Amino acid sequence: MAHGWEMQHDANVVVIGQDVGANGGVFRATAGLQQRFGKDRVQDTPLAEAMIAGMAVGMATHGLKPVAEIQFMGFLYPALDQIVNHMSRMRNRTRGRLTCPVVMRMPHGGGIHAPEHHSESTESMLCHIPGIRVVCPSSPARAYGLLLAAIRDPDPVMFLEPVRLYRAVRQEVSDDGQALPLDACITLREGSDVTIVTWGAMTIETLRAAAELENRGTSAEVIDLATLSPIDIETILQSVAKTGRLVIVHEAARNLGVGAEIAALVAERGLYDLLAPVQRVAGFDTVVPLLKLEHDYIPSAQRIIDAVQTTFAD
Amino acid sequence: MKTVAEFKIHYRQILDSQGHAVAPLPAFAADAGEVLRMYRAMTLARTFDAKAMNLQRTGQLGTYASCLGHEATHIAVGAAMAPEDVLAPVYREVGTQLWRGVTMPEILTYWGGDERGNDFAIPRQDFAWCVPIATQTLHAAGAAMAFKILKQPRVAVAYIGDGGTSEGAFAEALNAAGAGALPVIFVIVNNGWAISLPIAAQTKAQTLAQKAVAAGIPGVQVDGNDVFAVREVLAEALDAARRGKGPCVIEALTYRLSDHTTADDASRYRSETQVKEAWAVEPMIRIRAYLVNAGIWDAAREKALLQSCTEQVETAVAAYLAQPKPSTDAMFEHLFAAMPAHLQEQRAAARKYGAKSSGH
Repeated sequence: MAHGWEMQHDANVVVIGQDVGANGGVFRATAGLQQRFGKDRVQDTPLAEAMIAGMAVGMATHGLKPVAEIQFMGFLYPALDQIVNHMSRMRNRTRGRLTCPVVMRMPHGGGIHAPEHHSESTESMLCHIPGIRVVCPSSPARAYGLLLAAIRDPDPVMFLEPVRLYRAVRQEVSDDGQALPLDACITLREGSDVTIVTWGAMTIETLRAAAELENRGTSAEVIDLATLSPIDIETILQSVAKTGRLVIVHEAARNLGVGAEIAALVAERGLYDLLAPVQRVAGFDTVVPLLKLEHDYIPSAQRIIDAVQTTFAD
Repeated sequence: MKTVAEFKIHYRQILDSQGHAVAPLPAFAADAGEVLRMYRAMTLARTFDAKAMNLQRTGQLGTYASCLGHEATHIAVGAAMAPEDVLAPVYREVGTQLWRGVTMPEILTYWGGDERGNDFAIPRQDFAWCVPIATQTLHAAGAAMAFKILKQPRVAVAYIGDGGTSEGAFAEALNAAGAGALPVIFVIVNNGWAISLPIAAQTKAQTLAQKAVAAGIPGVQVDGNDVFAVREVLAEALDAARRGKGPCVIEALTYRLSDHTTADDASRYRSETQVKEAWAVEPMIRIRAYLVNAGIWDAAREKALLQSCTEQVETAVAAYLAQPKPSTDAMFEHLFAAMPAHLQEQRAAARKYGAKSSGH
């Protein structure tokens, strides 16, 4: 829907990727766009991820605003060469002469019983790259507003779409062309005893855990990071100053995850606001398992509740 | 058993190694002024290249990749292209860049370690130097896609070396260009060596031009030391692409007379005999002989040209050396259209420490 709005209002926006045309994308994210805007502006590409990213660079430097779909995050890696070596640094290395207003959309995370390599959440790899933004919405309405913002942004944006949200959440979204701000957290739930920072599909378990904690007398503030890089640390610091406790929840593996960066920033700038050590609830540092065990890999509401309880232990 | 596909690769040469025409001269050869312009540009590229090597050896330039021996191909490509076309270079195509309006101080600024050298004043839409091998071929294909969608009669030209043709990105670019009938030309500069790997070890393919065949696009081989032949082949391909006929692969056969870069020593892996043989067929000899035979060139003009080239290069070098080092702010500027908060903080930190270590 956000694609449609922006393509209607900006003739330079084009959509490219595998099966995005007649098929409308494997998750139907681009359904109907080719019929509406034609084959020039909604192009099915040959099957090559590096090519999709590399051509998006050339299209963006020469007048277009490509929105490129990578079919699953696990297939992104051939494209990393183009993202790291060109897309992210084109503006910087040409001193602003050539720029890359590209959005790379890709399904993110697991939980939908998909085959091997279809359930990855490797956002940390992207967040480490200077010169790009990494965005991960947590609901259909926020996906609409953040995707509009990503397409309008003059720099490259990696747009991670949690697959569980494609399937699990149904929501009326008003097609009003209103973008949400990038580089800004969204507070999903106000609370006074503990701050829980999360993003993407993990907002589902986190909000569930927060409701259960409320029943037990603990008031949790839930912050959706929304833009994973650069991090809006001010909102998190203000919340921690209020609650004194911080739990970070993400589906991705813990080692060098985005949670580590948030914990480090809070340690550097907000340590004396903390009443307890920071806790991380994350995917294990293992290969994402096949579907039989995927729900044992993805953090559960219970794991989040237990981590919050840890911050109240003596 | 029946044959379902066959292919032929044609080879084009107009001037032999001694400057004798072995095929009909192209139309532009009738314009002596234009031919002289190309010869002067080749001479300037060679003069500049020698000076750049010297600057590196004396610690005034970073690692530099010499274009020695590639002047015919580089100037021919530049001369064939229209100003509004787009070049995606690798890291050796000094001649094409100079022809298109990139300046010598800009080139030295980049290889001297300063991104300002990529901010070309004239070919604003040309891509900057590209070090990750073959990745630029996809940028050219993408730009060509933009030209097609935006209905602009422009063509993208991507260079690639012989080694680069082994990369996946090259195959992907050819395939996409063919599938989309995109206005893009791929110029393979086959100089025989990918650092230390000779072409025979790079591929079993008889030619690199035939890599086009699998993508369903035309491929042609040309004598890359023959400025007439390369320009003519390019002009035909550009014209076809501009008329919507799609892409083309051109393999220019030449020889890397220099080391790979200033960080390389080719004597470790190739024979002096081979290099000596290559010097006998290098591109300047034949075009100079052609001009002399045509009665429009002589020793006095040659001497004057060399002096003029040296003066132009010296002026450029002086301008390059007079440039102050960029401030540490340059690292942070242009990373994003608007600088995020964390970078503003880090910029301040860099300023604090950068001031102590500044100097050329």
